[in-house]
Amino acid sequence: MRWNRAETTGWGRALRAAEEIARPENRATLHRLVAETPAPAMGNRRSYGDAALNHGGRSIDMTRLDRLIGFDPETGILEAEAGATIGEIARVFAPRGWLPAVMPGTGFATLGGAIANDVHGKNHHVAGSFGQHVVAIDLLTPAGRLTLTADSDATLWRATIGGVGQTGVILSARIRLIPCPSTTMRVRERRIDTLDAFLGHFEDSDAPFSVGWIDATARGAALGRGIFEEGRIAPHDAGHAPGAARRMPLDAPRALLSGPVVRAFNAVYWRRVPAGGRSVARPLERFFFPLDRLHDWNRLYGKPGFHQFQCVVPPAATDTLREMLDRIGTAGLASPLAVLKRMGPGRAGHLSFPMEGWTLAVDFPNRAPARALIAGLEGLARDAGGRLYLAKDALAAPERLVGMYPDLPDFAAAAAEVDPAGHFATDLVRRLRLREAT
Amino acid sequence: MSETWIILGATSSMARAFARRLATEGRAVLLAGRDMEELALMAEDCRLRGAPAAEAVRFDARDADSFGPILDRLGGTEGQISAAVFVGSMPPQAEIDADPALIEGVVTDSFTGPARFLQGLAPLMEARGGGTVVGVGSVAGDRGRIGNYVYGAAKAGFHTYLSGLRNRLTRAGGHVVTVKPGFTDTAMTWGIEGMFLVAKPEAVADDIWRAVEKRRNVIYTPRFWRWIMAVIRSIPEPIFKKLSI
Repeated sequence: MRWNRAETTGWGRALRAAEEIARPENRATLHRLVAETPAPAMGNRRSYGDAALNHGGRSIDMTRLDRLIGFDPETGILEAEAGATIGEIARVFAPRGWLPAVMPGTGFATLGGAIANDVHGKNHHVAGSFGQHVVAIDLLTPAGRLTLTADSDATLWRATIGGVGQTGVILSARIRLIPCPSTTMRVRERRIDTLDAFLGHFEDSDAPFSVGWIDATARGAALGRGIFEEGRIAPHDAGHAPGAARRMPLDAPRALLSGPVVRAFNAVYWRRVPAGGRSVARPLERFFFPLDRLHDWNRLYGKPGFHQFQCVVPPAATDTLREMLDRIGTAGLASPLAVLKRMGPGRAGHLSFPMEGWTLAVDFPNRAPARALIAGLEGLARDAGGRLYLAKDALAAPERLVGMYPDLPDFAAAAAEVDPAGHFATDLVRRLRLREAT
Repeated sequence: MSETWIILGATSSMARAFARRLATEGRAVLLAGRDMEELALMAEDCRLRGAPAAEAVRFDARDADSFGPILDRLGGTEGQISAAVFVGSMPPQAEIDADPALIEGVVTDSFTGPARFLQGLAPLMEARGGGTVVGVGSVAGDRGRIGNYVYGAAKAGFHTYLSGLRNRLTRAGGHVVTVKPGFTDTAMTWGIEGMFLVAKPEAVADDIWRAVEKRRNVIYTPRFWRWIMAVIRSIPEPIFKKLSI
């Protein structure tokens, strides 16, 4: 296998790595690689920080092992290789009435990545995390191939789901799809004036899919304003033509996301929805993957890249949310991308992010004041009993993670047992010492 | 009318992308190659993407005995028969320079093997009055260069063969598309220095499908390679022989 020397980045483009990458196109090559030169597996590198980076080392690019290899229409269970993307699975199966039970915010995420980060979607409050719908995983370890289920080895299962690749290379998995009567979403949009109103709508909603866009530049009386979206899969197709995707051709200048521009944009974007709200029909992929229509949108932040801060705090920690939004609004550093969502308790792995409560995600340009602000926000999340999302994080340090992941020692022990030599360690794992906990 | 496509060299990433495209278009596919495990996985992938039938068959360009059973099988299908040839091999020129016996394998994989198979297939296509042959050649076949002239010579032979086959099948309502890909993002080019303007296999597959539908004769993919190769072909030999491009 030829190794390609390349500079890699996370989706945020703030962290970079120089590594050697193998990209097997068949299973025999992959088996040989894992047996002879084991290295962490990577998908489309949609994690924001360094979860998919291995500076000075090697990695295995799984994107060419992306086949759909079995589907049972009786049970809705699909088997696919790790490199298959969630968007592709949805594109192939939605017209036939099936959809992955959990859809992350980008369709470019691979099946392997969705498992390794135990991702969640807009239905987390009812459906739980991605890993909860995984039935079996074929895992390649230096010692050989094994088929994992929740019952076959509960510890290794919990260390593999959400385990950021530390137990081996996920070759394929069987996942449960859910019935999907059409490829159209009925979306109810409401304009929200205050944080309290926002939280109230989340509590009262009975929609299977819900998400809130929040104006992270708003302050004072407008603090917490935004747009609340509830989605239901329509019973019948509305018949809309798919819009063409566009590509961000170059790095944007810094002024594009400066404070005044973002404030002006957010004000207009907020008023896009009439005061009385509205109902619209949208293609599934536009509802689930709104940003995928602009390929390489991460270049909007220019060469220095950006950070996404995403935390979850317990249901009662609404004052923490308010404090966070207040600090963010005062700093005036946020981009238009800010999301609030109610989470349920569902999670499937030792290091899974979800917990019952509120998750807030905000993008910031990669600049010193933003990094300082994020450090403060991390502290607020920790003090409230919340946690940071490893798939987004690029800035935390081990001591700042203390208490957020109580199962960390179990995870480290399970990873050490299957990979004692640490072949699968990545920049994220080294930075946060995820495998050193005892 | 139903149509079955035989894909030779089906495990390559370009062939895989084209097979998927065919599956999406509702065509039946026979996936031919040596790695039966891979072919079986791909067959299931094609079925799930919409192919009414998809099966794996053993094909080895260097083993003409493997051709007969495939041709028999195609003879048993209903409707039109079409073929896409993605086989070929390109050992580094330096290895061939050190061991000239390697030439035989390159020529068999890239030219005479598939040509012999297509000779067997042509009467079947003629009998059914149509069908398409997609032959994947290479820009390397347009002019011999120091870096890969044995591979280039084999592909040039294949281009000429395809041109003749087009002449023949046209009379029976069939068609032949000669495809000349530039650099494509495959295992063959992965990690090689000096690659530029590398195309995704999916984009190449889309180009090929469009050419099939429009009954194009010779296409370059991506299209700008037509102009690059026009320039390269136009360089006078006294100058070209001193270049290393």
